[in-house]
Amino acid sequence: MAFIRLENVSQQLNRAHILKDINLAIERGEVFGVIGPTGAGKTTLIRLLDLLDSPASGRIVFDGVDVTRSRSKRLSARRRMAYVQQKPIVFSMNVFDNVACGLKWRHEHRESIREKVQNTLSLVGMADYAGRDAKTLSGGETQRVAIARSLVTDPEVLLLDEPTANLDPISTAKIEDILETITKSKHLTVVISTHDMSQGQRLADRIGVMMGGELLQVGTPNEVFHSPRNTRVADFVGMANVLPGVITAKEANLATIVVGGRALQAVADCATGDTVWALIRPEDIVFAPSQTSASAQNTFEGSVTKVSRDGALVRIEIDCGFPLVGIVTARSAEELGMETGKRLLASFKPAAVHAIPRYTRSDQQKEPDTNPALS
Amino acid sequence: MGELWDGIVEAIRLIVSLDPEVMEIAWRSLWIAAISSSISFFLISLPLGSLIHFNNFPGKSVLIALVQTLFSLPSVAVGLIVFVTFSRSGPLGVMGLLFTPKVMIIGQIIFVTPVTLGLVISALRGVDKAVPETAMALGAGRFQTALVTIREARFAIVTALMMGFARAITEVGVSIMVGGNINGYTRTLTTAISLETSKGAIEFSLALGFILVFIALIVNVALFWLQYNQGKSPWHSFGWKMSRNN
Repeated sequence: MAFIRLENVSQQLNRAHILKDINLAIERGEVFGVIGPTGAGKTTLIRLLDLLDSPASGRIVFDGVDVTRSRSKRLSARRRMAYVQQKPIVFSMNVFDNVACGLKWRHEHRESIREKVQNTLSLVGMADYAGRDAKTLSGGETQRVAIARSLVTDPEVLLLDEPTANLDPISTAKIEDILETITKSKHLTVVISTHDMSQGQRLADRIGVMMGGELLQVGTPNEVFHSPRNTRVADFVGMANVLPGVITAKEANLATIVVGGRALQAVADCATGDTVWALIRPEDIVFAPSQTSASAQNTFEGSVTKVSRDGALVRIEIDCGFPLVGIVTARSAEELGMETGKRLLASFKPAAVHAIPRYTRSDQQKEPDTNPALS
Repeated sequence: MGELWDGIVEAIRLIVSLDPEVMEIAWRSLWIAAISSSISFFLISLPLGSLIHFNNFPGKSVLIALVQTLFSLPSVAVGLIVFVTFSRSGPLGVMGLLFTPKVMIIGQIIFVTPVTLGLVISALRGVDKAVPETAMALGAGRFQTALVTIREARFAIVTALMMGFARAITEVGVSIMVGGNINGYTRTLTTAISLETSKGAIEFSLALGFILVFIALIVNVALFWLQYNQGKSPWHSFGWKMSRNN
């Protein structure tokens, strides 16, 4: 039985639906990532999981107990969880007292409080800050105090809402290190929301993609990032190539998809005649000089239409009868002499193509939902 | 200008010489105002304000608006109501409290409570909503959440107490109507000023007025000191201080 289960949960604010019919099962000990753009409803979902709000409809079952309505059951369930908010606030007291709050509210003995607070502060690298006024801490330090404050009560569930939003890369790395250490050593059930896809990929065992108040897809990071269920998820997870095509032949599980008059090979479940979206991740595309032999499957010659720098990487757009976007390192781009108009070969493996049935984008609202979230 | 100057000189003389009559009147003013504002704050406004703030019920905003309207309640109106209530033919006349310090305290409580209650509610509303939510998320029950919220609002809440005291010690309507300005028994600074002025003892009245202003100044300095020394003030331990033994 799932440790935490949301059944047909919806939430409204001023009659507007913020969450629509969420079904989700989280197992004990797993790290579940909720990814989605800002305003997708991630915070609302986390608040419901922490039982801070009641859903407008649906049921929340925690460890086999329906905790949707009863105030006392919600409090006792909440005391087994810990929630680190996106912008945590500290109380106007010193760091030690801030971390001690949760234990005091659970009527722990004073000696035990002191020992647990000091241990937890050491765990997050804040042992030297115990006596410091918590209001004077930096953003990263405040976040670490918030994590310590949550962990000190030895929760079974840790809920993290965008724990590194607004932090600099160094603080982000520190927080991620702490989280990885804690989740492994304490065998916690963790739900982490983030708009940073790579963070979700790094930290989570399973990921749920949330957009417009709906949970569009749930799966392992690999499934979500390489086999998005529809184009909305594909857009969000950085699937830069979303190409409309038709399946013209099928042999075993190898399909031929005609896109812009060119045939590509793909590993797909669809049948001949199906209209599909062919999705290809930009990092799966390999570029070579146009003189190279072009006999391999899915190798197309085209001319570069746009070259743009993105940190240490370079994004290449090429027209090979259909537009294709790829990513190479800055050094490769230099070696290939990437510039607009340059003729190149672009190739990708059939397994790198993920085909999904094609609907117009507005039709996706009507797309049949098979409750992928319930596992 | 001469009277004003004479008043200042007389005030200094009376204060420096610790004039027994002035000290007795000033002391009575102080303790009556302290008791009434403390009862109003600790027994009525803080618990009632917290109940109003932490609960949602129909008519809540109307109730808060009504409390704020009563900020401008005139002291003579309160004095009149209390007088009628405690006069011999009034509903509580049998208690025989009229023209005693006790009824002055009752009157002052009624007079200052709208202000202390309104300020307590405003102080609690001023606390970041994330405070109670964080407390709840950390496993606090409703009462513990309320306590931590009150603790966060403590400086604004103490202002409510100070304002209550200032309003009580400076009012004249209630004290004169239900206290009767009896020498050595119910005479306070404000009622004495009123009486001495009508008798033409302007210097003495001015002296009492300066003492009243001096007390108000001390209250204000205390308030400023509290707000300026937020983390270091004695009120820091208003909630608890876990790390004291560290």
